[in-house]
Amino acid sequence: MSAAPLLEVADLVAGYEPGVPIVRGVSIHVNAGEIVVMLGPNGAGKSTLVKAVAGLVPKTSGIVRLGGGDITTLAAHKMVRGGLAFVPQTENVFTAMSVADNLALASAVLPRAERARGIEEMYTVFPDLAQQAGLLAGRLSGGQRQMLAIARALMVKPKLLALDEPSAGLSPRLVDLVFARLKGIRQTGVTILLVEQNARAALAIGDRAYVLADGRNRHEGPAAELWNDPAIAELYLGVGRAPEVAHP
Amino acid sequence: MNLQFIVDGLLMGGMIGLGAIGVTLTYSILRFANFAHGEFITWGTYATLAVSALIGWATGNHLGTLGPFSFGWPVLLAGVVAMLLTGLLALALDVVLFSRLRARSNAIIMVMASFGASMALRSLLEFIFTSEPKYFSREIQIAMPLGAGIRVTPDQLLMLAITAAFVVGIHIVMTRTTIGRSMRAVSENPQLARVAGVDVEAVIRATWLAGGALACAAGIMSGITVQVRPFMGFDLLLPLFAAAILGGIGSVPGAVIGGLVVGLSEAAAVPLVGGGFRAAVAFILLIAVLLVRPTGLFGVRE
Repeated sequence: MSAAPLLEVADLVAGYEPGVPIVRGVSIHVNAGEIVVMLGPNGAGKSTLVKAVAGLVPKTSGIVRLGGGDITTLAAHKMVRGGLAFVPQTENVFTAMSVADNLALASAVLPRAERARGIEEMYTVFPDLAQQAGLLAGRLSGGQRQMLAIARALMVKPKLLALDEPSAGLSPRLVDLVFARLKGIRQTGVTILLVEQNARAALAIGDRAYVLADGRNRHEGPAAELWNDPAIAELYLGVGRAPEVAHP
Repeated sequence: MNLQFIVDGLLMGGMIGLGAIGVTLTYSILRFANFAHGEFITWGTYATLAVSALIGWATGNHLGTLGPFSFGWPVLLAGVVAMLLTGLLALALDVVLFSRLRARSNAIIMVMASFGASMALRSLLEFIFTSEPKYFSREIQIAMPLGAGIRVTPDQLLMLAITAAFVVGIHIVMTRTTIGRSMRAVSENPQLARVAGVDVEAVIRATWLAGGALACAAGIMSGITVQVRPFMGFDLLLPLFAAAILGGIGSVPGAVIGGLVVGLSEAAAVPLVGGGFRAAVAFILLIAVLLVRPTGLFGVRE
C-alpha cells in the first residue's frame, strides 16, 4: 500500500444493543478517489457497518480513521464537519420541509458566508431540485428524493460520501441515473463508500468491493474480478437473492 | 347574540395557543407528553409577581402604572426576566429528571415522571406562596366599547397584540433560522438530523428554553387578565393539549390556531349552551376534527 487510506476501519465490532454485535470484526479501507462497494446477503451487516462508521450505531471495539484522524468516538453530527457525509437508505430527506429548507439546514454546517453559495452550487448540479425548491420534500418522486439526499450530503464538501443502498425502491432506469451521478461525483474528487444489494449496478461503477457475510469480511477484490467469479456471484451477489427484508 | 365572546375567546385562545406552542414542540421533539408544562405556566407567573415586587421594592414603588394599563414597567421587565427563569426551570427539570430517563426508558415512563414533577413543582409553589389567589393589580379597568356590544380593556388589547407578536416571531424563527429548521428536523427524524450535522442535544435544550419561556408568557397573560393561583397552569393543561393535538403535533401555526379554536368555542359555548358545557364544547370539537383528520389540522406526519 502506497499512501495511507482515506477511510480505515479496523476490527470493528458494532451493534444496536450491548452484547448483540451485528458487525463482528470487520476491517476495510477506502483509498482517496476510489469508489468502494460493500456487498453481501441480507443481514450480513453492511448497513450496520456504514451506520456505525457514521456514528449512528454504537461501536464496541475497533478503530475508525478518516484521513489519518481517529473518529471512532466522534458524535454523528460532528462527522459531517469532519468530512464524512452519510446518506441513509430510507427516510433520507425531511419530508415535512421544503427542498429549499432541506438544503438550507444542510448548509448550516458551512461558515455563514459560504451557505448561500453552497446551496446555489447544489441547484446547479441538480437543476431538478432548483425547479422544485418550494415543494415539500415528501412530494418529490423517488429519484428526486435520492438526488436531494445526495445534494444534502454533498453540501458539506465531504472527503468521503457514504451511501446506504441508494438504489432501494428505484426503477432500473433511475438506478442507472443515480449511479451515473455517483460516477460524476467521484470525478469531482469525492471518495465514495457504497453499500448495495444491487451488485450489478454497484460493481459497474466500483473500483473495489468487499463482500460481508455474518458480520465478517468474506471476500474482497477489484470490482470486475468479483463480478466474474461465478461462485461469489451465486453465493453473495444477488443471483437468486432472497426478497428484500427491512433492516432494523 | 352578544359578540363579546369573540374578544373573550380570542384572549383565552391566544393564551392557550402560546402555551400550546411549548407543548407541541416538546411533544414532537422529545416525543412525550409533558404534563409538567402547566407548572411552567404557574411558576412563570409567580416568578413574574416576585420579580416585579422586587423591582418595585428596589425602586421604592415610584414607577406607577403605564398609560391606560393596570401595570407598569416593573411587570413588563419582570415578565422578561421570568420568561428566562422559566426557560431555565424547564432546562433544569430536563437535566435532573428527563434526560436521565430519555436514554433508557419509554414514553410512558417519561409521561409518568412528568406527572410526578408536576405535583412536586405545584406543592413547592404552594409551600412558598400559599394557595391564596394573588393579583397583579386590584385596580378596576374601564372597558372601552368597540361597538356591536363588544367591550375590551386596554390590558386585553395589549395582551392580544403581544400574543400576535410572539406568534409571528416564533413562526419566523421556525421557518427562517437554523435553530428553527433544526427543531423541525429533529422533530421529524432525529437520526437524519444528526447525519445532517444537527446537534440534537443543543436542539433539545433550545426547545425546553423556548417552551418554558412561552409557558411563562401565557401565564402572565392569564395572571394579568384573571388572577394568579397555584392550579392555574394545571387547569390549562387539557385545553393546551387539545389545542396542540387539534393543530397537529409539531406545528407552531397549528398550535396557535388550535388554541384560538378551543378558546373561541369555549367562549361561544357560554351564551349558546351555558357555562356548564364550556369545557365539553372544545373537546367535542377536538374529537370531531380528529375523526376527519387524525393528524390534526396542520399535522403532516402519518
